[in-house]
Amino acid sequence: MESLDHLKIGQTAVIRAFTNEALSSKLIEMGCLPGETVSLSKTAPFGCPMAINIAGYELSLRKDEAALVLIDLVA
Amino acid sequence: MSETKQNNYLKIALLGNPNAGKSSVFNGLTGLSQKTGNYAGVTVDRQEGKTTFLHNQTKITFSILDLPGIYSLYPNSNDEIIACKTLLDEKENIDVVVIVVDAANLKRNLLLATQLIDLKFKTVIALNMMDEANKQGIVINIKELEKTLGAEIVPLDSRRQIGFTELKNAILNAKVSPSIFYDLTASYAAEYPNYKEYIIATLNQNKNKTSAIAENADKIYRFNSINYLIAKNVKSPEQLSSKKISSKIDAVITHKVYGYIVLLLVLFFVFQFIFFISEAPMNWIELAFMNLGDFVHAKLPEGQLNDLIVNGVITGISGVVMFIPQIAFLFMFIGFLEDSGYMARASFIMDKVMRRFGLNGKSVIPLISGTACAVPAIMATRSISNTKERLITVFILPLISCSARLPVYTLLISVLFPNSQFLGIFNSKGIVLFLLYFLGFLVTLITASVLKRLLKTKETSFFVMELPVYRWPQTKNIGLMVFSKVKVFVKEAGKIILAISIILWFLSTHGGSDKYKELEKKQNTLVNLESSELNLVELKKIETEKLEQSYIGKFGHFIEPSIKPLGYDWKIGIALITSFAAREVFVGTMATIYQANDTESEIGIKQKLLSEKDEAGNLKYTPAVCWSLLLFYAFALQCMSTIAVVKRETKSWTWVLVQLAFMSALAYLSAFGAYQFLS
Repeated sequence: MESLDHLKIGQTAVIRAFTNEALSSKLIEMGCLPGETVSLSKTAPFGCPMAINIAGYELSLRKDEAALVLIDLVA
Repeated sequence: MSETKQNNYLKIALLGNPNAGKSSVFNGLTGLSQKTGNYAGVTVDRQEGKTTFLHNQTKITFSILDLPGIYSLYPNSNDEIIACKTLLDEKENIDVVVIVVDAANLKRNLLLATQLIDLKFKTVIALNMMDEANKQGIVINIKELEKTLGAEIVPLDSRRQIGFTELKNAILNAKVSPSIFYDLTASYAAEYPNYKEYIIATLNQNKNKTSAIAENADKIYRFNSINYLIAKNVKSPEQLSSKKISSKIDAVITHKVYGYIVLLLVLFFVFQFIFFISEAPMNWIELAFMNLGDFVHAKLPEGQLNDLIVNGVITGISGVVMFIPQIAFLFMFIGFLEDSGYMARASFIMDKVMRRFGLNGKSVIPLISGTACAVPAIMATRSISNTKERLITVFILPLISCSARLPVYTLLISVLFPNSQFLGIFNSKGIVLFLLYFLGFLVTLITASVLKRLLKTKETSFFVMELPVYRWPQTKNIGLMVFSKVKVFVKEAGKIILAISIILWFLSTHGGSDKYKELEKKQNTLVNLESSELNLVELKKIETEKLEQSYIGKFGHFIEPSIKPLGYDWKIGIALITSFAAREVFVGTMATIYQANDTESEIGIKQKLLSEKDEAGNLKYTPAVCWSLLLFYAFALQCMSTIAVVKRETKSWTWVLVQLAFMSALAYLSAFGAYQFLS
């Protein structure tokens, strides 16, 4: 399993789990939950924060936050 | 207190996700009949409004409460907690909950909707942005969705004001939905009788591990049901055209080169408006109040009351009204940037840089606006949702050199360099001015970095935020927002500004001593004489002596020992005190003290200052004194309006006093250092 911060632009993955309690509750209420498909849409200049496509919209989060989200690469 | 409930009066709460267009639904229902208040003890605006209409020949009134945007009933930030607590507060007596849902973003929006339905309020769902959903080719089977949710769904197009009559009717007929989507008290929190009791109880206590697990399970279960609902009832194209357009715009806006160029252009434009375009209306306001003052002065009988009204009250009010153009322009831009979706992108590309200094991507706009005026800039920090980052931004903003410092800088620099001098190709005056602005920014960033380490918060900070699709902002929403911001400023900061103006007026026009009364008598006899050249000079002299003998003059003498190490005498002491109201008053006070000719004040004072000698016969305004004063004004919190706004925006006098103490110490020490080093 990889973490979300390693996702490259255009890659798709499925969210598996979170390694941080507080962040998971924030992300889940925004539709970013285990089983959802996620893809990286862009990163800000200097690589952080990043923007992901999830649940039909675009969500931005910092790289160290993305590191707390575990994913399975799909393609 | 509970009012007697009648069928023709209903209390409505508006709830929904951020970016779901809640405020346009609120504006569509209430129009100008809005009131911005405050929730006790926190810096969250409380928006309320009323709408009255005829229904079957009966007059019906809705009192509508617009609650802060939330994603679920398990709040993370302060304003989310407020939204949930207010909804469940018995004193609020909410009759009907209107859930505002973005039709183009149904999945995420329905989480909150199902939770609110489970609270067993009477609910109506406002399916907002139907126009966009239609344009995108999203087809929603509203009838089926209504059946499952058990609540009436009203499609809305708030841009064209379509659907509001239907929404009002639906509110009148609202029922409690029979559906239950999930009840976490059944499996995880058996000690609570039902979902509502659980939410009320957990809002008022610290979360524990069990409740966190229960709540995540709740959300995941709900999303499973929602996925099923959406698969059955919503048809949506593979890729939405709005997303395609947004990602094309973003290719430029968040680009590593073009993105910053665009941001720079936006900031430059905002800066131009606040700094230069506001100048004209501000001058009109100043002129209008001067005329009003003259008019009142002529109409009212001579005396104390006349003077109080003209020089205390009218001056004070004009000092409040003066800020309206800047506040209005700044919030017009902020409204446009927020509603269009640009603000989220600006935060996105600035976050990494700003975070180093304990600031936020959203601190950029306030920081730039601060170069014009700290007052609207501090008000603009509302959009920073992280409390710590917001407080740091508020704290450092007054350190940035604002436009009120310019007259002070200009005068002192012209004394420092009476003739144009050049350093290479650069004008030395320009270099000094640039240095002062640069110094302001430098100290601002250093202070922010220090505060970042000092301040501790309980709130965990995440930068998880939606990048909404680009939308053309609605003028009505921006107009109403600007109107409410101006109203709040005038009402709340205005009180403090007016009070300080009157106190300063009293202290500078009253003196307890016999000498003061004698001067007053002398002045009166002179005024009553026929005017001649000699009288005017004599009058000016008396005015100066009066200021010296007034309470403020006494105070100037009193503080002289403490400001002597900075190179100041009691005359500068007086100017320091009077300019506490606003920095630019320094110039006017110096003109009075040195009896400069009013009409050409700046050149007049400059000459006076250049020729002023101390007791030993040496020049008074040496470069050491000028630099000391320049640095003092660069860092001192000499602005009552800023103090009033910081008080309002932080809800605490402690914060104001800490800021005042810090900036005063900084000003004193740097002025001291400069004077001692240079003399």
